[in-house]
Amino acid sequence: MSNETNGHEIVGRGAKDGGRLFREWFESLSLAPERGDKTAYVFVMGSISEILRAFDFQISFPEINSLQTAVRRVAHEYLNTAEDYGYSPDICGYVKADVGMQLRGGEHPMGRIPKPNLAVLTNACNTYLKWAEIWERMYHIPTFTVDIPGGRSAGYGTSETSGDFARDKQYVQFQLQELITLCEELSGQKFDIDKLRAQMKYTNDMAAAYKRVIELNQNTPATFNALSEGTIYLGVANGLRGSAQGSQYFQDLVQEMEYKVAHGIGTMPEEKYRLIFVGVPCYPIFRRFYELFADWGGVFIGSTYLWFAAGGLELGYQYDLNNPLESLAEGTLLSVRNAMDSMFFQDRALVNMLQPFNVDGIVYHPIKSCRTVSTGLADNRRAVMEQSDVMTLFIESDMMDKRVVSEAQMKNRIDAFFEGLATRKLRTAA
Amino acid sequence: MNLLDTWQDKPLNEILYYVRELSQDPEFPTVKRWRAAGGQVLGHFQVYFPEEIAHAAGMLPVKVRGAPVEGRQADSRFGSYLCSILKSSLELALTNRLELDMFVSHPICDAARNLAAVWGRNLPYPAQILYLPQNANSAYSARYLCGEYTRVMQDIQAITGVTVTDAALRNSIKVYNENRRLLRELYDIKRTTPWLLSVDEAYVLVSVGGMIQREEHNELLAAVIPQIKARTAKKQDKIRVVFDGGFCEQPPLDLLRVIAQSCYVVDDDLLIGLRWILQDVETEGDPLFNLADAYLNASSYSPVQHDLRKPKEKMLVQRLRNANAEAAIITAAKMCEPGLDEQVAYSKELDELNIPYFISEFEEKMTSFDHMQMQLETFVENVLFE
Repeated sequence: MSNETNGHEIVGRGAKDGGRLFREWFESLSLAPERGDKTAYVFVMGSISEILRAFDFQISFPEINSLQTAVRRVAHEYLNTAEDYGYSPDICGYVKADVGMQLRGGEHPMGRIPKPNLAVLTNACNTYLKWAEIWERMYHIPTFTVDIPGGRSAGYGTSETSGDFARDKQYVQFQLQELITLCEELSGQKFDIDKLRAQMKYTNDMAAAYKRVIELNQNTPATFNALSEGTIYLGVANGLRGSAQGSQYFQDLVQEMEYKVAHGIGTMPEEKYRLIFVGVPCYPIFRRFYELFADWGGVFIGSTYLWFAAGGLELGYQYDLNNPLESLAEGTLLSVRNAMDSMFFQDRALVNMLQPFNVDGIVYHPIKSCRTVSTGLADNRRAVMEQSDVMTLFIESDMMDKRVVSEAQMKNRIDAFFEGLATRKLRTAA
Repeated sequence: MNLLDTWQDKPLNEILYYVRELSQDPEFPTVKRWRAAGGQVLGHFQVYFPEEIAHAAGMLPVKVRGAPVEGRQADSRFGSYLCSILKSSLELALTNRLELDMFVSHPICDAARNLAAVWGRNLPYPAQILYLPQNANSAYSARYLCGEYTRVMQDIQAITGVTVTDAALRNSIKVYNENRRLLRELYDIKRTTPWLLSVDEAYVLVSVGGMIQREEHNELLAAVIPQIKARTAKKQDKIRVVFDGGFCEQPPLDLLRVIAQSCYVVDDDLLIGLRWILQDVETEGDPLFNLADAYLNASSYSPVQHDLRKPKEKMLVQRLRNANAEAAIITAAKMCEPGLDEQVAYSKELDELNIPYFISEFEEKMTSFDHMQMQLETFVENVLFE
């Protein structure tokens, strides 16, 4: 096969295969009850999929289910159902879309989401706790919280050698062992450490590749847009974490990105401005939101979303397969803590990206639905602007609720932002 | 040292007036007095903090619970869709109304967790998150929390230069045990003879404890409780309610007074963090472990603590039954995700049990209560004449 043929097959493969895998995953989920499979509801920041897969649980991510309703432009139907049930317009849209879906018997645009047999959550987002309590009431299922102590202040405990790390790790490891006991009871299966090891090996592959994919966007032109293609990669990273398919997908993805770098192939025809996205995408107008930037030649070379919503996978943490349980605890602690830090203390990390990624601007997108991500963004922006002269844009909307999305207003702000960027480029060139 | 003005020789109504003005004063005069005397201050955001640790190090622990102040500096640090308490608490610090030496927040909600980060970027003293366990059901949680308390104690020691001994901690636990006992006695009055103590009066008496030393608060409570019991007020035709929704952002005092006009609030979750531990903390053994154990195993409930042993709607019903209440007022601060989430669970449970309830939202800065008063009076009439 010639290089050209290879290239034709390789470029765009990640997006295409990602879409296919996603459809297959939802199809498989829909059939879980028929097969007699048990389903675990988990969250993107600390899914603990490796343990759950070792017990053959089907994995469902309610956050992903919810955002899919927005991307497919039916979120309002689910939100209305939940609000009619009593939920406030001012709470998390993901929660409400899920409640609406549960009240409709799992009916979802991508299939039928099975009821949970178990829910596993972390404290990375407090809404996870409130959300799981809803399922406790609806289905009387066991829910298990893996409590992961986050960074206590900026720069705290990012190293395995810091004072409290050993104590925090012990706490996480103890809880993982308690989770294993619960999974044994629910599944009727005895814990098989070799099976766990196999899932962890797949996650190792995925983590190393995910890290590499993100790093490769330091190249100009950017190989992928963090807001569009990146969201597909992120979906696979979560949904197929700890699986052979996920491992293969990410190895292929690295190959694609390296090929694009080697051949100078960018993600868009003419890349003019390299941007970082901070926050959660505007899913109700997902494509249009991307176009508002792409029309000006703006490409998102990175995003905090690809950090926290991957549960810190971008660290590339490699589990020690000779010491799986302790290593799983350590990896979970480091990765989920990193995810939390990238929401609360991300200013330094963003400043550190500016030079190696050759960044022109940062776009902050706080959303009504998510206080975890959005509360500190205005202040983070101030901190970044004090440490650098990068241009920034601050636009508020929502990830689910189109009632809060004002496209015309956003376009005005975005256009003005690009006019500013253009002026700065001209001045720099002069 | 005494931080309150002289109150000992004043009649009860004057003491209550003084305490009310003090508890609503956004200038925190008692804290300023403490600092003027060279004392150091630890500010802790809602809901619960083991104040005994700061007390044992000689610091003044102050409950940071917002205030009805205008946002001049803090608003630009936050986005639009947030509760008020977060903004007003930072405003107090940025405008030097409330000067601290250390700030601690907790992962009670997504917004509060961000607060320590914002605080740390904007103020010159240490700001941190105390990770109270959100898996209260793990057999390891108390051990973990004891370690976390040890870490906080070490940070306090670094700031104060004081080595906290077990003896000092035990002494502080005793002071706080006495405070908890007195607060329980105060709430007993509400439950048994609510016509002697309105919800707003009880609230300010509890509230002032978050801004003075507990020894002085104990002295105040010990003096006023007998006076309250000796009041000659007569029982009125009001319904007995439980108020829920005051665990973090505080409703305006005027809102509580509006409620008091038509209801006896026989129990509530106002400033629940100051009453979180329900019994004496053990003074023998490891004091930090005892505090951790009490937090987990001898404590109240709130929408921001996840504990499988305490389904919130069941706990609310228990609170209603324990207080012999006939209805509930279920409020939430505007934009408070945990509070708003819980309203649904509460209302479904109360519907099932056919217990009347009144649902509303509030904001610490609200000033108009006419509409709510009318709605509440209609609700009360419905309950009274059903």
